[in-house]
Amino acid sequence: MMDASIIRSYLPIFAQAFTLTVIIGWIGIVLSILIGMLSAFVLYFKLPVLATVVRCYVELFRNTPLLVQLFFLYYGLPSAGVRMSAQVCGVVGLGLLGGSYMTETLRSGLETVPLSQKESAYSLGFSKAQLFVDIILPQAVSVSVPAVTANIIFLLKETSVFSAISLMDLMFTAKDLIGLYYNTTESLILLVLFYICMILPVSFVGNWIEKRSRRNIYGD
Amino acid sequence: MEDILKIEHLYKHFGDISVLEDIHFSVKKGETVVLIGPSGCGKSTLLRCINGLEDIQDGRITLEGCAINPVDKKDLKIRQQIGMVFQNYDLFPHKTVLENVMLAPVKVQKRNRSEVEQEAGELLERVGLTSKKDCYPRQLSGGQKQRAAIVRTLILQPKVLLFDEVTAALDPEMVREVLDVMLDLSAQKRTMLIVTHEMAFARAVADRVLFLDEGSIVEDSTPGEFFANPVTERARRFLKTFEFEKQR
Amino acid sequence: MGFEVLLKGKNMIRLLMGLGVALKLSILSVVISILAGLVTGMLASFKKSVFYIVFRVHLEIVRIMPQLVLLFIVYFGFSKAAGWNLTAEAAAILVFSFWGTAEMADLVRSALVSIPASQYESSRSLGFNSLQTYLYVILPQVGRRLVPLSINLITRMIKTTSLVMMIGIVEVLKTGQQIIEANRYQSPNAAFGVFAVIFLLYFAACYPVSRLSKYLEKKWEN
Repeated sequence: MMDASIIRSYLPIFAQAFTLTVIIGWIGIVLSILIGMLSAFVLYFKLPVLATVVRCYVELFRNTPLLVQLFFLYYGLPSAGVRMSAQVCGVVGLGLLGGSYMTETLRSGLETVPLSQKESAYSLGFSKAQLFVDIILPQAVSVSVPAVTANIIFLLKETSVFSAISLMDLMFTAKDLIGLYYNTTESLILLVLFYICMILPVSFVGNWIEKRSRRNIYGD
Repeated sequence: MEDILKIEHLYKHFGDISVLEDIHFSVKKGETVVLIGPSGCGKSTLLRCINGLEDIQDGRITLEGCAINPVDKKDLKIRQQIGMVFQNYDLFPHKTVLENVMLAPVKVQKRNRSEVEQEAGELLERVGLTSKKDCYPRQLSGGQKQRAAIVRTLILQPKVLLFDEVTAALDPEMVREVLDVMLDLSAQKRTMLIVTHEMAFARAVADRVLFLDEGSIVEDSTPGEFFANPVTERARRFLKTFEFEKQR
Repeated sequence: MGFEVLLKGKNMIRLLMGLGVALKLSILSVVISILAGLVTGMLASFKKSVFYIVFRVHLEIVRIMPQLVLLFIVYFGFSKAAGWNLTAEAAAILVFSFWGTAEMADLVRSALVSIPASQYESSRSLGFNSLQTYLYVILPQVGRRLVPLSINLITRMIKTTSLVMMIGIVEVLKTGQQIIEANRYQSPNAAFGVFAVIFLLYFAACYPVSRLSKYLEKKWEN
């Protein structure tokens, strides 16, 4: 059965893997939000050519698994002369996958602002830029927050496939220790605990924000 | 009094469907003109054309001699000279009442903030919203929202005010408070163009009534004349829809 | 670029068969998830029932735990702790159905509770009994919301089943690796072509399904 001393000796190894996973995960998430904002902007204003490029990108990355994307980036691209470390691949892969989800979320956030809001702002004499900054953006951001948090949780869970490109993340560590010492139960318990530590706080914050924003829309 | 707003031989269509045909009239300074007519007759579209929200296919709309539709899209100043109040208020939900009122004068007209705030306060007081000035739109009743929306337009000091069925979305007991504000504005000799389905109000507020049907102006007369002796059969039939008789 | 490797012998067929393995697992899991999800979702729509509590716990588990972690727990953990000797395929179907059932049940439940109370009340006032209300009023409305979302679950399932290579199932990625390995000396740069093709194969499998889901969602939007 479970052995506490094994858990104690594994703890530092897992803590190290946890730090690595969290750092790469969150850098990837920030990258995905940046990509998402830029792409949503391009789609919202239907910028010629760019909008088509963005649409292809979003469809490609939304309709393929992260594992396959990582294999292509890490094992495929070097034979075409592009070499990235496993860490960089993790960030880029998560950023590109997440970017495609964030694009959809933020674009539909922008589109929830009704046409009548634009019209009344126009009739008050707002320019297109003022309209976007003062009227559309603030409303779109507050509408999108719950969906963005859901995307963040999804991306944090996706970090579990990093082990496939030999990143020493939580999964990799668990698998390694199981393979080496057969302490399956202890390794799996630590794996679960560390994932709970990684995702539960975001989930709590997300729920809290969602409740708040729902209250803002439907009255106090 | 001179004509301030002129609509000359205006044509508007959506694709193959003609919405407005040869609309031709002008509005004098200080005049309150009420547009009435059955649903779908083009009243709202006409207001939207005057506000530049719709492009027009032929004709001209001028304000004090300046063309406002068709207009160079970049000329936003001219838009502020025509204020429009919408059926669904369309206050900005992320701003308080006071912020809603102040946003355009501060951001668009670049007026002095404290000056604008003082004026906003006065206008809100006049429509009875002083106590609500720090509330968000979601905390207001429909009537309060619509009064705030009127103030938001008034503060830009437009030369002409357009009202597009501003009481149509309100509960009956809130209609009155909004109409009172409009009666007050009319008494101040503001130039106004009102689309409404409130016949008693139209009669009280109007200097002139335009009856639209199927995209053209069918009658142009005084309220006394129009409501007592409509000239055309179409107007008679329309007014009849507001009367009820007990079926025997 | 490495594409030529796939034209040699049966390599392309092998790759497609690998994709077939992943798709077979997805379809099995989706069918189980949809059936089980319909039942659990309906039961969970009774608020404050024991079903609702069980459903919430189930949903929270799959929302927090990555599917790969669940896969490890079942494949490595269960065999050790409970002495079950699950094959990798059985473990995969078990985990993906566990996940899919929770997701599907959540869709069913929220579609059911999103029908306004006035629909039930007006049906009652028209003289429908509970069963008739469900059959003629509620279910048709729920169905229209549900079908596009459950189709969307299929693409999510297909993407998720790519994980099975991590517990040693030979699917498309693994087959790709084997092909690259076998042709290491003749075409050392095969990796680019092979993984690019796998990327596109997954896209070809998921894209039509997600288009269909979007199309139906648009079409049935009130």
